[in-house]
Amino acid sequence: MNTPTRISYREALREAHREALAKDPRVFLIGEDVGRYGGSYAVSKGLLEEFGPERIRDAPLSELGFVGAGIGAALGGMRPIVEVMTVNFSLLALDQIVNTAATLRHMSGGQFSVPVVIRMATGAGRQLAAQHSHSLEVWYAHVPGIKVLAPATIEDAHGMLSLALDDPDPTVIFEHALLYNLEGERPSSWPQIDIERAAVRRSGADVSLICYGGTLWKTLAAANTLASIGIEAEVIDLRVLRPLDEETILASVRRTHRAVVVDEGWKTCSLAAEIMALMAEQAFYDLDAPLSRVCSAEVPIPYAKHMEEAALPQPQRIVDSVKTMLGRG
Amino acid sequence: MDPAEVRTTIAQVLATIAPEVDLETLDARAPLRDQVDLDSMDFLNLIVGLHERLQIDIPESDYARLVSLDDLVAYLAAKAAR
Amino acid sequence: MSEFKLPSLGADMDRGRLLEWRVKPGDVVKKGDVVAVVDTTKAAIDVEIWSSGTVQDLLLQPGDDVPVGTPMLRLADDGEPATVATQPPRMSAPPQTLMSAPAPRVAPPAHAAPPPAAARRRISPAARKRAEELGVDLNKLTGTGPDAAVTIEDVLRAGAASTAVAPPIAAVGAAPISERASAMRQTIAAAMARSKREIPHYYLATEVPLERATDWLARANAERPVTARILMAALFIKATALAAHKYPEMNGFCRDGTFEARSDVNVGVAISLRQGGLVAPALMNTDSKPLDDIMRGLTDLVKRTRAFSLRASELSEPTLTLTNLGEQGVELVQGVIYPPQVALVGFGKPTRRAWVEGNTLRLIPVVSLSLAADHRVSDGHRGALFLAHIRELLQQPDTL
Repeated sequence: MNTPTRISYREALREAHREALAKDPRVFLIGEDVGRYGGSYAVSKGLLEEFGPERIRDAPLSELGFVGAGIGAALGGMRPIVEVMTVNFSLLALDQIVNTAATLRHMSGGQFSVPVVIRMATGAGRQLAAQHSHSLEVWYAHVPGIKVLAPATIEDAHGMLSLALDDPDPTVIFEHALLYNLEGERPSSWPQIDIERAAVRRSGADVSLICYGGTLWKTLAAANTLASIGIEAEVIDLRVLRPLDEETILASVRRTHRAVVVDEGWKTCSLAAEIMALMAEQAFYDLDAPLSRVCSAEVPIPYAKHMEEAALPQPQRIVDSVKTMLGRG
Repeated sequence: MDPAEVRTTIAQVLATIAPEVDLETLDARAPLRDQVDLDSMDFLNLIVGLHERLQIDIPESDYARLVSLDDLVAYLAAKAAR
Repeated sequence: MSEFKLPSLGADMDRGRLLEWRVKPGDVVKKGDVVAVVDTTKAAIDVEIWSSGTVQDLLLQPGDDVPVGTPMLRLADDGEPATVATQPPRMSAPPQTLMSAPAPRVAPPAHAAPPPAAARRRISPAARKRAEELGVDLNKLTGTGPDAAVTIEDVLRAGAASTAVAPPIAAVGAAPISERASAMRQTIAAAMARSKREIPHYYLATEVPLERATDWLARANAERPVTARILMAALFIKATALAAHKYPEMNGFCRDGTFEARSDVNVGVAISLRQGGLVAPALMNTDSKPLDDIMRGLTDLVKRTRAFSLRASELSEPTLTLTNLGEQGVELVQGVIYPPQVALVGFGKPTRRAWVEGNTLRLIPVVSLSLAADHRVSDGHRGALFLAHIRELLQQPDTL
C-alpha cells in the first residue's frame, strides 16, 4: 500500500477518527454536517461511507441538543466525539458542557464520569467575520472538570484524539481553522505523545515565547526573524490549556528571564493573562524584564481582510514586542 | 617602679590600641612599632595612655629612644623611680 | 508626611542592618539628628535624618537587614499635625449607649495627601537577585536595558569586573578573617574596580621639604602636654584642605559625568583597620578648623573608625581623600580615587635626604606628595598647581 509522504492536519485528524472508530465500537461521531457533507472543515469526509450512519451522525442545528446527546451517551457508556462547527457556536452548548459535563463527577461523588470528547474549530484568518472567528479557549480553560487541548501540529492533531477518548472526563479539543490545511511530512509511525505537557518547539536563551494552537506557527516565524538579528527565542507550545503545564512554562522563563505570551484571544482576561500571572507569582525573582503579551485587538474580529489581519497577532508584532523588551527596538 | 608592673601597664594600654597583640609573643628587643604595626597615631595613643596611667611625662624628643619593648620598660621604670 | 529611607552611606553600601533606634514615635527631630544606628560592612553608623519633623512611626525592627532605600520611619513634616500626637486616645471615654447623645466629635487629624512616590529606579527582579548573590552594588550600576533598567547583564558585567580585581581574601596561615572584613573587602573591591573602570586617572608627584614643618612641630609639641600633641598628619590634612578650597576642581563629586564642586572641604582620611580593610571617613569642614581641632578630630575619628562607630555623614560626605601610607614606610602613593570623589592626595614616608636649596646642599626631611585626579574634571596643569600649593602651605606651618 502506498502511503502518501505528505499529510495535512485535516487528514491527520481524519486518520485519528478512523483509527478510533475502528478500534472501539463505543466511539461515534456526532455533529452538524459531519456525515453527508463530510464536516464543515472536511475532517470527516468519507467516514459516513466507511462507518455508516449509526456511527457518523448528522445532527440538527442545535448545539444544546447534540452536545447534550453526546454527554448523555458518554454517561451511558459510549465514547462520543462531538464536533461543533466553531467555538462561537459552542456557546449555545455552554450549559451542557460547563454545568453538566464538567460537574457530574464531582456532584455524583465520583459515581458518574463523562468521557465525552468535544472538538471544535476556533480562531480567525478566513474572513468569516465576528460570529465565526473568535478564540474563546479561555472560557473553557477557566472551568474545573474539563481538559482543554489545542493541537498545533500534525502529530498532535493525530495523537490527541485517542488520548482524549481514553480520558474518563470531558475533553474539549480546539482546532484552529487555519491549521486544517497545514501540511507536513507524514511520519513513518506516529510518535508517542501525551496530553499533560507543553512542548518546547524551539530552544533559545534570550526570551520565552509562549503560545498555542494557531499562534504556534506565527510565533515560530517570529523566532526565525529574531534569530536573524541575533536574538534566540524559546518557543513553548502549550498544547494543554487546562490544566496548564506550569513546570515547563516556569522552567523556560527561569532560563530566559523574559517572556512574551502570544494568544489569539482578546487581551483582557485572556489565557495570556493567566500565564503572565503564573510567571509573576512563581518566577518573579527570575524576571529580567516586564512580561509582555501579543493578543488580538479588543474588537469583534473584522470581516475586511486588512482589518482582520491588523486585529490578530502577527509575527511582526511578536518580533517588535521582543525587541522592545530587549531594548533593541 | 617594678619593671614587671610597667610591663603589665604597657600590655594594658597596648590592648586598647592593638587588641590582637600578645606581648608574650613579641621580641622585647626588636623594634616594637614594626612588630605591632603601630602608626604614629597608635604610638601617640600609647604614649598618652602610659602618661595617663603612670603620670609620667614623655617628651617627643625622647620618642627616638623608645624603640623596643625593653627600651620602653627601662625608660618608664627609670622615670617612675624618680 | 514623608518617609525617611535608609541612605547609602557611601558608594559601596547597598544594605544595612538596624541595630537600634535612637528615636521613638512622637519625638521631634531636626535635620542632622541621629535617629538610628545601622550596621554596615564598614561600621556601626549613626544615621542622621535629612529633614525635620515629628516621628510618626518606625517601620523597621532592630535586627532587620534591608537594602538601601528601604523606608525606615515616617515623619510628619514641620507644620503638619502628627497623628501620633493628635490621635484621639482609643477608648478613653466609657462606651456610651446608643441612646445617649453622641460624644463630642474629635476633629479627625488632617492628613496631607501622600506625596507622589519618587520614581523608583528600574531594576529587574532577576537583576536584584543576582546582584545580591554576587555582592554587586546596584547603586553603582548604570542600566542598559529598556528605559535604562538595570538587567541581569549589567549585574553580571559589574560582577565580573569586581571579581577580576578582588585580591585573594585570606592569606595562607592568616587567622580567619571576620565576615565583616570579607564583606568590606568585597565592597572595597567593587568601589575600586568602579573607580578604575570609570575614572580616567592622572597621576602627579612632587617632593616636599619638611624641615620647617618638622621643626615647627617639634617646638610646638615640646610646649604641649602629651595629650595635646599634634602629629604631622594633621599638618598634611590642613594643608590639603586649604589647597582644595583654592582648587575646587579637586573637591567635590562627579556623578554621571557631571561634576559638582563643593564649597565645604571635608577631607576623607584613609584609616586602615587592624584586622584588614580600610575606611576613609571625613573630617568635616577641614579647611576652616584650627590644627588643634583637626588633631582632636583625627584622634576621635581613628578611634571611632576602629570601633566601627561612625556617623553617616562622615562616610557619605568626604569631598576628597588623603592617604598617608608613609607610616608603613612607602615613599610614594599612587592612589585610586574613591568615587564619586575626584581626587586623592597621598603622602609617603618623610625621610632625610640631600636637598639643594639655593646653592647649598643640606640633609633635611623630605616627603613625597602625590595626586591621583579625575581627568574628566581637571587637567594636569591644575593638578600641579594644587600640589604646589600644598607644598607651599607646608613651608609655612605657623599659618596652618
